[in-house]
Amino acid sequence: MHVAEAPATREELGAALAAAAEAGTPVRFRGGATKLGWAPPVPPGAVELSTSSLASIVEHNAGDLTAVLEPGVLLADAQASFAKAGQMLALDPPDGGATVGGVVATADTGPLRARYGGPRDLVVGMRVALSDGTLAKSGGKVIKNVAGYDIAKLFSGSFGTLGAIVELSVRLHPLPPDTSTTTGSSTDADELARGAAALAGSALEQHGLDVRWESGRGTVLSRFAGAAPRPQAEAAELLLRREGLSTEIVDDDEALWDKQRAAQRGPLVVKVSGLPTRLPDLLRTAGELGATLVGRAALGVYWLRLEEPSAAAVERLRHGWIAAVQDRPADLDVDPWGEIDPAAQALMQRVKERFDPAGVCV
Amino acid sequence: MTDGPLVERLRGIVGTEHVVTHRRQLATYESDGLLQYAVTPAAVVLPGTSDEVAAVVRACHEAETPWVARGAGSGLSGGALPVEDGILIALSRLRRILEVDIPNGRVLVEPGVTNIAVSQAVAPTHFFPPDPSSQIVCTIGGNVAENSGGAHCFKYGFTTNYVTGLELVLPDGSEVTLGGPELDHPGYDLLGAFVGSEGTLGIATKIWLRVVPKPEAVRTLVAFFGSTVEAGEVVSRIVAEGIVPGAIEMMDNLSIRAAEGATGAGYPVDAGAALVVELDGSEAECATRFEHVIEMCEGADSVRVAKDEAERELIWRTRKAAFAAMGRIAPNYYVQDSVIPRTRLTEVLAKIDELAQEHDLQVANVFHAGDGNLHPLVCYDGAQPGEAERAEELAGLIVKVCVDAGGSITGEHGVGVDKKRYMPSMFDEPDLATFQRLRCAFDPDGRANPGKVMPTPRLCGEVPGPYRRHPLEQAGVAERF
Repeated sequence: MHVAEAPATREELGAALAAAAEAGTPVRFRGGATKLGWAPPVPPGAVELSTSSLASIVEHNAGDLTAVLEPGVLLADAQASFAKAGQMLALDPPDGGATVGGVVATADTGPLRARYGGPRDLVVGMRVALSDGTLAKSGGKVIKNVAGYDIAKLFSGSFGTLGAIVELSVRLHPLPPDTSTTTGSSTDADELARGAAALAGSALEQHGLDVRWESGRGTVLSRFAGAAPRPQAEAAELLLRREGLSTEIVDDDEALWDKQRAAQRGPLVVKVSGLPTRLPDLLRTAGELGATLVGRAALGVYWLRLEEPSAAAVERLRHGWIAAVQDRPADLDVDPWGEIDPAAQALMQRVKERFDPAGVCV
Repeated sequence: MTDGPLVERLRGIVGTEHVVTHRRQLATYESDGLLQYAVTPAAVVLPGTSDEVAAVVRACHEAETPWVARGAGSGLSGGALPVEDGILIALSRLRRILEVDIPNGRVLVEPGVTNIAVSQAVAPTHFFPPDPSSQIVCTIGGNVAENSGGAHCFKYGFTTNYVTGLELVLPDGSEVTLGGPELDHPGYDLLGAFVGSEGTLGIATKIWLRVVPKPEAVRTLVAFFGSTVEAGEVVSRIVAEGIVPGAIEMMDNLSIRAAEGATGAGYPVDAGAALVVELDGSEAECATRFEHVIEMCEGADSVRVAKDEAERELIWRTRKAAFAAMGRIAPNYYVQDSVIPRTRLTEVLAKIDELAQEHDLQVANVFHAGDGNLHPLVCYDGAQPGEAERAEELAGLIVKVCVDAGGSITGEHGVGVDKKRYMPSMFDEPDLATFQRLRCAFDPDGRANPGKVMPTPRLCGEVPGPYRRHPLEQAGVAERF
């Protein structure tokens, strides 16, 4: 049904997209194929354009803490390469096998978002291919730049519906020399939320601040990184104890955070956001739905993983929360986005029509 | 058209006392912070509520009259320069802080609130990181329009990283809310596209900002070197060590002399460069890293460590005074805002020196050394025939040197009218045409701040080509956003 093409250059990708648009054929862009199920099903007769042959690290300017990447570079490969210079791209979503283009197109994030922001905050320049054959760039290669419109933000999280991302310039950060994580556990949702709030409002410089809630028991995870993480971890421990949580400091902490990331995938995963102070409500809802919750406590962004997919659970989460469905079975009949304010949606529609006048980027 | 039907309608919306049409009073608004440009608008209107802003914009839309929004008018690229025969919408009356929610780290403000007022509203526990040098007067609305940065953005990021929601008036007078106090609203990141759009996509009438806890410790030093090259090498070493300072700023000899004259901080006026390094974060982390930075400054002629908040404040006051103090060096200056990859600093500064000598003009350099954002100040005397032109030419050549080094024409001041002519040095025609697509989605008639950002006037026209609804959309199964 779909013909997967892997153009060798961005010009070829642009040409393939333009040809499809000319023929009125819907197009879906494919990176590592780790999140294909997040979008509505591919319409019959659509073509897939893969970025797998656009997989070069074009530049790594270590002294400038920047890099230029083709979209098909595997995130893991990029990280391995940057790590040689003691640097990282501060994006740590859960996938093995995800491409940087796919991570940016879906705005997928992991625990590092708490400190460094998401793709929108780390992409400093972008080249895109549009369905009318245009190849265009915005931004640049420097970390500070306000020349022209920020097209890169528009394309981050656009799921390929405006056009293809064919090159990315990103800002890098130093890899921390050392890390330590303080955990605080409780079976009381309010107590756990108080612990998380105490850390979120504290002057501690956290590398990550996560929560987890599973089967009536929860944990706050507060990570510190740098030349001297331990004293801060101890200060965090004090704050959590003051709120009544049972604490522990873990220096070899990578597995803890891998587990957080892993819970962002599952049979049904709903990303929920709201104001951070509403966490206790959400923990109770998660408990009632039998969901595992992980998320970024200071940001108010969480992932609820349900072992038994149900559209009713999604509907319930849409009462009072912003809820986007990510992983889900193909046969589950849910709208991935939920309601968008009509005026905002009309504006988005106008943007879509300008960037993809043929309406083929799906 | 001064007293035509549009002005009458505007008076009806905001009240006669809030519409300015007298020639002498209009003069107040004919320039922003970039005084080289001046245009008198037909009228200035000062709405007092977001509803009035919407009604004013709608009136302009219906009268097919272009308009320009203005905050404090402290911008340095002519972004708030009025349009002749157009309406200037001054937002200075919209200056209420509507909500302060410390537990959630959110503040809701009107656009005319000053940058510093946000940090003051959330003190002492929190602060709003973007801190342009003009923060005492510049407004949040202007910060949103320009995506303002400041000295601390190398570590903390820019305005765009701190805006979570906007209530907007679009150029047709309709209103729309993008985002909100919560993160991750569904759909395209139009918020990200709007911030930094220099008033060409609409007017923000309510702004949700994220504020963050103040760091536990701050350590600040200023080190004096024989040359900018030596200071630049220290910057490279700090960055290579994986240290991300809260701020890292450099001033060259001319800037040191000017700033010293203004604040009397006791800086050595013969120093080739002053390097301000500020670390913030946890007490332990700061202490460890700061010792390390002091060691790295061992080649400096002298190092002053701020012993208390007053000394730190003096270091910053002296740094932020550099622009205004330039009057001590020359009657006029022309400021640029180019960015370079930081590693090209030495080479670019040498080229700037060379060009300055060729043009027989002095160029002072004050810059954000961490992110490579230079602020070359081309000094000149406007009273000397031909000198202003020579300064402008030199400024243009400096921009070109920076772009050729892989940089940008502007890091934080915006393109405005001043740098639009340089846009083609960074962007090709398809890039500019792509920018225009965004513009047309928001402002198909081109009435919001026309003549800014884009190097040549452009029209929108109809959406090119037929838009076909996807079968799944027709069936109501899926929706594009």
